[in-house]
Amino acid sequence: MSSLSAIQRRRNNAAALAFIAPNLLGFMAFVAAPTIASLVISFFDYALVGTPRFIGFANYSRLLFEDPLFMKVLGNTLYYVASYVVINVVIAIGLAVWLTARTGFASFFRAVFFVPVIIPTVAVALIFRLLYLPEIGLINVALSSLGLSSIRWLSDPTFAMPAIIIMSVWMGFGYNLVIFIAGLKGIPDSLTEAATIDGAGAWKTFWRIKLPLLSPYVFFATVMTVIFSFQVFDQTYIMTGGGPINSTNTLVLYMYQQGFEFFRMGYASAIAWVLFALVFVTTLIQSRMQGRWVTYDI
Amino acid sequence: MVRTMHMKKKTIYTIISYSLLTIIALIFLVPIVWMAGTSLKLPQEVFSVPPSVVGDTLQWGNYTRAWAAMPFNRFLFNSMFVGIASTFVTVLGSAMAAYAFARIPFRGREALFLLYIATLMIPVQVTVVPLFIIMRDFGWIDTYQAMILPVSFTAFGTFLIRQFFLTIPFDFEDSARIDGAGRLTLFLRIMMPLGKSALVTLSIFHFVTQWKNFLWPLIVVNRTSMMTIPLGLDRFQGQFGTQWHLLMAATTLGVLPGLILFLFLQKQLADGIAMSGLGGR
Repeated sequence: MSSLSAIQRRRNNAAALAFIAPNLLGFMAFVAAPTIASLVISFFDYALVGTPRFIGFANYSRLLFEDPLFMKVLGNTLYYVASYVVINVVIAIGLAVWLTARTGFASFFRAVFFVPVIIPTVAVALIFRLLYLPEIGLINVALSSLGLSSIRWLSDPTFAMPAIIIMSVWMGFGYNLVIFIAGLKGIPDSLTEAATIDGAGAWKTFWRIKLPLLSPYVFFATVMTVIFSFQVFDQTYIMTGGGPINSTNTLVLYMYQQGFEFFRMGYASAIAWVLFALVFVTTLIQSRMQGRWVTYDI
Repeated sequence: MVRTMHMKKKTIYTIISYSLLTIIALIFLVPIVWMAGTSLKLPQEVFSVPPSVVGDTLQWGNYTRAWAAMPFNRFLFNSMFVGIASTFVTVLGSAMAAYAFARIPFRGREALFLLYIATLMIPVQVTVVPLFIIMRDFGWIDTYQAMILPVSFTAFGTFLIRQFFLTIPFDFEDSARIDGAGRLTLFLRIMMPLGKSALVTLSIFHFVTQWKNFLWPLIVVNRTSMMTIPLGLDRFQGQFGTQWHLLMAATTLGVLPGLILFLFLQKQLADGIAMSGLGGR
């Protein structure tokens, strides 16, 4: 830098500005400014009409101490995130190992499990509403043909959230499958072959060789899936609207209801920041814990 | 002898493995098959006992009725237009900014880049309330600019392409610069072609994300003529709640363009996710 002349430096600054300006202006207007504005609004009582009234931390204290529904929503969201992430990652790892164990049709099957990625959630939700219908829906027909009793998937508070989770896993695990297949393909054959020659079975090879070498991918995918699943909205909005008796109401849906149905803009912003805090803390904990189980070299 | 036994065992395992995988894949595809089948049934055939994938005759008329009830061509146009325009703005803007971040030493570069990175972890939902207020005050409700601009300036795109640009050796630019090429030429003639795979990945990923986007259009669109496919389907569900044959015809209409696109793009999308770690859903 010091070797550059003043003219050169000024020229660089001008060129950089020209290249960055289009993106930077949009970024400032539609990302940075709204982010700050959201934080500011969360300290106000604002109903979209009239003047906003400053109320300090009142939105947050109401949210955390006086709103029992918010606690329920928080619990629902954590239930969703924990179940969704675990099921998603376990299925993706299992299928990835299975698909890469035998060469041949791996990319064909990968494509099949990847199909839902392009389908809008609204469409998936409409299909699953049909499949989940009590008594006459295909899933219940299948259950009763197996001698099991029919389940009122979306109208029973016990089963509504599991129904949402099953559907979400169906449409979502393809992403992680692709990541894990790429990770497994990166493991040199010599390592797994050596293990086989040493008499290690498939099970042992998986736990001792494949999973440790895959762990950086598992870590990354888990972090991303956690962040993403905290933001669940489309599914609950379309399938259940948060019901029955708020058993599927989640953070972003609750934010939407408060902001765009009851027009409590300050309260909705406060919910959004609680969501951010949750995502932030969870990611921080995950990175702190990665040393315990993630292997970067063998 | 032992060797052939071993080979035989291995072949049997492979056959069993692929049969099981095929069964799992078929079960996995049931929702899509059921959607297509139901879209071609008579109303009284939808819940026939025992269940069957299609009815006695294929009711193509369901599609004309669904199409007559809602302007699906309009939804498709809106989805395509918003998706393509927003992808164009994102990719071009990100690539230009990424070039500056990766190649031009300028004052405040590290600080500005840190600001971009800092917003990576903030969920988009955080900005939704102020963005809506801005759109309302601009009088942008029910406009394309409201659907396109707020989603077209992600820090993520700039970050992704900058990382890719950093892996490109300086040699190409150095030799071009000796030939007297300016910054714009270097960017257009060298960085853009060499960064093609990152640009393609970002394009597909951004397009798919906007193609599926529901929350933001839901907030800024009220008029049916401005609706994208996801919004149109939601509206359709509101009107034809339990007429499943029509609802599934509409759903198929909404899914089909994406599926056709998927046939062409799935490999690039999957490779892009694997390479750049765009996934994690």
